[in-house]
Amino acid sequence: MNQHDTPNERSEQAPSARADDLIARATTLAGDAELSANTATTLDVLNELERSVIKHSLADIKKGIKDVDGADRARVGQALSAAEVRARGAIEVRRIDLATAEREAVVERERLDLSAQGRGYQRGHLHPVTQVWRELEDIFCGLGYQVFYGPEAEDDWHNFEALNFPPGHPARAMQDTLYLELGAPEQVLLRTHTSPCQIRLMESQPPPIYAVMPGRTFRRDTMDARHSPVFHQIEALVVDRNITMGDLMGTIDVFFRALFGEEVEARFLPSYFPFTEPSSELGVSCPFCARKGCRTCSNTGWIELGGCGMVDPNVFRAVGLDPEEWSGFAFGFGIDRIPLLRNEIDTLQTLLWDNDVRFLSQF
Amino acid sequence: MRAPLSWLRDFTPLDAPSQEIAEALNQLGLEVDDIHEPGKEISGVVAARILDVVPHPDADKIRLADIDFGSGQLRVVCGAPNIEAGMVVPFAKVGAVLPGDFKITKRKIRGVVSEGMLCSPRELGLGDDHGGILALDDNSELGRDVREILGLNDTVFELSITPNRPDAMGIVGVARDLAAHFGLPFEVADAAPGTTAERIGAVTVHVEDPDRCPRFVARVAQVVMGDSPAWLQRRLTLAGMRPISNVVDVTNYIMLERCRPLHAFDLGRLAGRGIVVRCAAQGESMMTLDGVERPLASDDLLICDAVRAPQAIAGIMGGRESEVDESTTEVLIESAYFAPSGIAKTSKRLGLRSEASARFERGVDPNGVAAGADAAIALLAVVANGVAATETIDVYPNPIPRRRIAVRTGRVNAILGTDLKAATVRSLIEPLGITTTGTDDDFVAEAPTWRPDLEREIDIVEEVARRFGLQNIKRTVASAPAGSVGRLTSWQRARRHVADALVGAGYSEGMTLPLVALTDLAAVGVDTDRVVRVANPLRVEESVMRPSLRPGLLDALARNAARGNPDVALFELGTVFFAPDDDNYLPTEHTFVAGVRAGSERTAPRRHDRGIDVGDALDAVQAIVDALGLANVRLEAATSSGWHPARAAEVFVDDQLVGVVGEVEHELVATLGVSSTVVGFELDVDMLLSGEVRDPHFRPISTYPPANIDLAFVVDDHVAAADVVRTLRAAGGEMLESVHLFDTFRSSQLGDGNVSLAFALRFRAIDRTLTDVEIAGLHTGCIAAVESAHAARLRA
Repeated sequence: MNQHDTPNERSEQAPSARADDLIARATTLAGDAELSANTATTLDVLNELERSVIKHSLADIKKGIKDVDGADRARVGQALSAAEVRARGAIEVRRIDLATAEREAVVERERLDLSAQGRGYQRGHLHPVTQVWRELEDIFCGLGYQVFYGPEAEDDWHNFEALNFPPGHPARAMQDTLYLELGAPEQVLLRTHTSPCQIRLMESQPPPIYAVMPGRTFRRDTMDARHSPVFHQIEALVVDRNITMGDLMGTIDVFFRALFGEEVEARFLPSYFPFTEPSSELGVSCPFCARKGCRTCSNTGWIELGGCGMVDPNVFRAVGLDPEEWSGFAFGFGIDRIPLLRNEIDTLQTLLWDNDVRFLSQF
Repeated sequence: MRAPLSWLRDFTPLDAPSQEIAEALNQLGLEVDDIHEPGKEISGVVAARILDVVPHPDADKIRLADIDFGSGQLRVVCGAPNIEAGMVVPFAKVGAVLPGDFKITKRKIRGVVSEGMLCSPRELGLGDDHGGILALDDNSELGRDVREILGLNDTVFELSITPNRPDAMGIVGVARDLAAHFGLPFEVADAAPGTTAERIGAVTVHVEDPDRCPRFVARVAQVVMGDSPAWLQRRLTLAGMRPISNVVDVTNYIMLERCRPLHAFDLGRLAGRGIVVRCAAQGESMMTLDGVERPLASDDLLICDAVRAPQAIAGIMGGRESEVDESTTEVLIESAYFAPSGIAKTSKRLGLRSEASARFERGVDPNGVAAGADAAIALLAVVANGVAATETIDVYPNPIPRRRIAVRTGRVNAILGTDLKAATVRSLIEPLGITTTGTDDDFVAEAPTWRPDLEREIDIVEEVARRFGLQNIKRTVASAPAGSVGRLTSWQRARRHVADALVGAGYSEGMTLPLVALTDLAAVGVDTDRVVRVANPLRVEESVMRPSLRPGLLDALARNAARGNPDVALFELGTVFFAPDDDNYLPTEHTFVAGVRAGSERTAPRRHDRGIDVGDALDAVQAIVDALGLANVRLEAATSSGWHPARAAEVFVDDQLVGVVGEVEHELVATLGVSSTVVGFELDVDMLLSGEVRDPHFRPISTYPPANIDLAFVVDDHVAAADVVRTLRAAGGEMLESVHLFDTFRSSQLGDGNVSLAFALRFRAIDRTLTDVEIAGLHTGCIAAVESAHAARLRA
């Protein structure tokens, strides 16, 4: 047994030597702790190291301070503090490293490839015709117009006679009509245009009227790329005092710019409809080529959309309004044409009635 | 209507470029559909004289023609039967181009080289005649371009004439508008008297129905039948009509030029040298020019011979019997004015339309009738050696005057939004043949009788607009009155909510034809009792109005399946039709919404794809109910045609039946070619929208903790879970915050015909934490209520 190890002998050591011994032991402990911390592979090992170094070994060394001379105590105390800071620091640094590594491992286990793992969520799609229909309604609502839907099956009065198409009128022949087996022969029909809504509105409410009337219309036609027995139209009607042809044309300009963009303008060419006079064809400068000419406008720079005009005095008389007191305008055009143009849809058959989900989900 | 520029120039000296003329026509309301320039399609074709015709050594039907084309002589091979030495014909040189981009090359025909080709009218784009080589005028300069000889360097405006402008169905009417537009002189010269002779016997004309035939003019001429001269044929061809014979061509020429339809009868075949204009007798019939025997009705007007035998359907088509042909030597030219509505009616009933009827039914000029006959006589003198009887028979008991129309300049400006002076207004309309009297702001306009559309002041306003130019009217905006709100009605908004809810639920909007076949309805189990039929359908597939959206949607589903699209979710929001209620004659229209869904919901790769089941249809209905905020909705098991007998329910709103939801009948699904389950729903949107909606008032939200209790009951299989939920709600009272069914199962341990229903209940008070005693009381109360109401027992 070594003499140094006996308490008696220790007490016999020189006081300064005792202090140096404590300092050396602390320094060694700190160095060992650093080494162990840096090689610890788990948080558990690190926690055990912390307990043995700080709680046991260092506490043990601290007990020796009481035997150190007053003159050396400060020196020893500083050295012990430094050793503790060193040991704790090493453990903490390692603890952060291990925690980071552990978190990374967890994350790696949880990794998902999101690039193609959506559940194929499918929102439904409004029909392209409905989307335009709504857009048209919204524009006119913005202009202060009401929206009115009339019946799709009509009587001869609303579809023809009140609109100044008397029986036998040649313009009736322009609209091949589907009749229903109801009422007297050729009394009940599928409306050939949305214009009967004008009559229904004027019959049901006094002027002023600012209204737009989208709807489904019918003709005795065979389905092909450009025709359909059933299609969609929208009609606008204004009845007020002092309404002019200039108002009609300016209003259509405003409407077309809202629908097609600020750069377009409306074009008016005289035409004929029994229920308006003066009557005009309604065209818009091609919004796709800025009038330079393209496939959509058949190189004309213009797209013909529909018709318009000042409400004919006979129409006012048919609904009991005095044409000297009231004036008004009406315009109408096909709705289906707009998605066909905008989306460059090849045929009316693709747009209407086919209902292939691969088509509908494009809009 | 095809208007050749050269013909228009007969009446007004148009010199503007054709693009400018086209623009003017459009601005005048004579819409230009197309512009043809036939000469531009031909080059290298010249006049050549046939020197000799020799047989082909190896063929019977083709011959060899030696020709002189001015600057040289060549031999060509020709198959036409009509060539002979001395003829001047169109010769297409090697390198020439004919319409259709047909290039002429040197080629061997049966061993003989042909140095070009002689042309038929059709090969030059001049009508359909391909029966022989076109004969040019014998005096034509050899080597001269046929475009110059035939006047092919012309521009033809193809016009779409609106029904109010019969005058513009004649070259003269178009020219008049153009002359006014360009400020040019305009004149229709009086017809030359032609050649007349006293010796030609008289004819008689009796008009029995002057209302239907207000005017009838007859002139008689002796003629020599033959072909028309080239210039006349050329004009007809350019205007889109086929030359037939000199006499027929003359009548067509006058019709095209003046909108004055004429008919030429072979007088030798009119018994009694006379005309009777009468209505048909019931059961009568006659054969028209086209060889069709036409049954007649008592309001059809006929032109008959003196012994009352029908010879023409007035204003529509002549009869076979008195048709002119090569043997004709004497003709009666009919020029008449028929009441437009009568012509329209007969034409529609017979389904027979002609160039003449199209003009008569719109209204020709009653006062141009005699001048038209005179013009024909003058032309017959030129092209058919016509010698006319001096006498003109003109039956016109009640001459039709020009209409006098009071015009207020103030009114014109009020309608157009212009500020025109009366003098300007008059100067705009006078070049159209409208005369005016008076110099005040209010004046009288007299409309020419060739413009039947001019009857009222507003008609004159339209003429002013047309002449002033719509593009010159200042554009202003009509604003809705201050204080009015432009918005959708609540019904229109709700309609959008329904569609949006379904879009959110994954359904895409389809549109199916509202015209269906009766068999389509029966096939999918739709009741046809109140179906509305189309009286004149084009196809049986479009012969009834749909009373349900399901046939269309199921058809769309089948089409998608056939195209390899198995996963389909479609809805439609649209009108359905039922026979009228009570004494109404219009059908009852309802807006329905229906949906169909098939295939699976994609959840792979993380889970297996989920097959669509009836829950998806229920979710869609719930989405609609929720979007509309309906307060009282319940589902009741029901059997309904077309639906699975045990997997369908009727939907009630406020105890009113509004539709069906469920799984589509399996047999029906099989016929659609769909391999998956198909679910769907159909609801009456109008009824949904009249349903009571949830109390819109705010309900405070509790901040206290809830008590969650699960309860499972064993009940008879036919007890509706929804009824148990209602019982639980009643028992739980206001403390029951929510309840939902989270599990159901059947097992032998539960006993046959029994089912376990497990509910999750959540209790919560608005103002406190519920005590254990309170919770226990609610718990036992709920159990007791269900056990007594549904013969249930709590499952341990």
